[in-house]
Amino acid sequence: MFGAIRQWFDPREVRQVGSTPDYRFSLANERTFLAWLRTGLALIAGGLGVAQFLPPSPTNHLREVIAITLLLLGGAVALRAVDHWARTERAIRLGRELPASRFPAVLALAVGAGAALLVVAVIAGGLGDQ
Amino acid sequence: MTVPPEAGLQPERTRLAWRRTTLSVTVATVLATRLALSNGSVGRVLAAVALAGWVAALLVAHPRLVASRWRRSAAAVPLSALAAVAYAGLGILLVIHTAA
Repeated sequence: MFGAIRQWFDPREVRQVGSTPDYRFSLANERTFLAWLRTGLALIAGGLGVAQFLPPSPTNHLREVIAITLLLLGGAVALRAVDHWARTERAIRLGRELPASRFPAVLALAVGAGAALLVVAVIAGGLGDQ
Repeated sequence: MTVPPEAGLQPERTRLAWRRTTLSVTVATVLATRLALSNGSVGRVLAAVALAGWVAALLVAHPRLVASRWRRSAAAVPLSALAAVAYAGLGILLVIHTAA
């Protein structure tokens, strides 16, 4: 894992692998990373928003649990974004297939499940005004 | 990675993508600072941390926004991801401190 993290930071090491691709592929990879980063930042902003704008929940710390879940998810998205960026850059340089990823589907399911749980919580009266 | 002068629209799109990203960071900073300031004296310290993080994130992104500095800003991608992780960590600290 530390090798992976080191790989994020060392541009020389990336450049020693394979050959320099068409700059447009690198820029497209970078824009994809930035789109994922904004997704992570949106989740983090959502967590920060829940923590201060939701009224305190009658049930045990439900508001805090939701906020921390969103913050953790946002951080995880940011980490996964840079890891995927580094792997994709490597694959482009080596002329290999781009790394497959289940993460977009996993994130979509997680967000959907979270939304469903929130609907249940609101209806059951766990959140908001009583 | 060098960008030839006839580069077309891709570098501009990438700069705009960085600009959108710094806007997202700014939104997160505003929310984190607001949450921190409602948190007493410890919160004021954390608010200062959030603002310092904002300045750091803008400094990291700046070379990617200025066409002439691209070649020396290779670490901008991992550093900006770490900045987001730091915001998440700061947020978790604030939430726990508020609830405690």
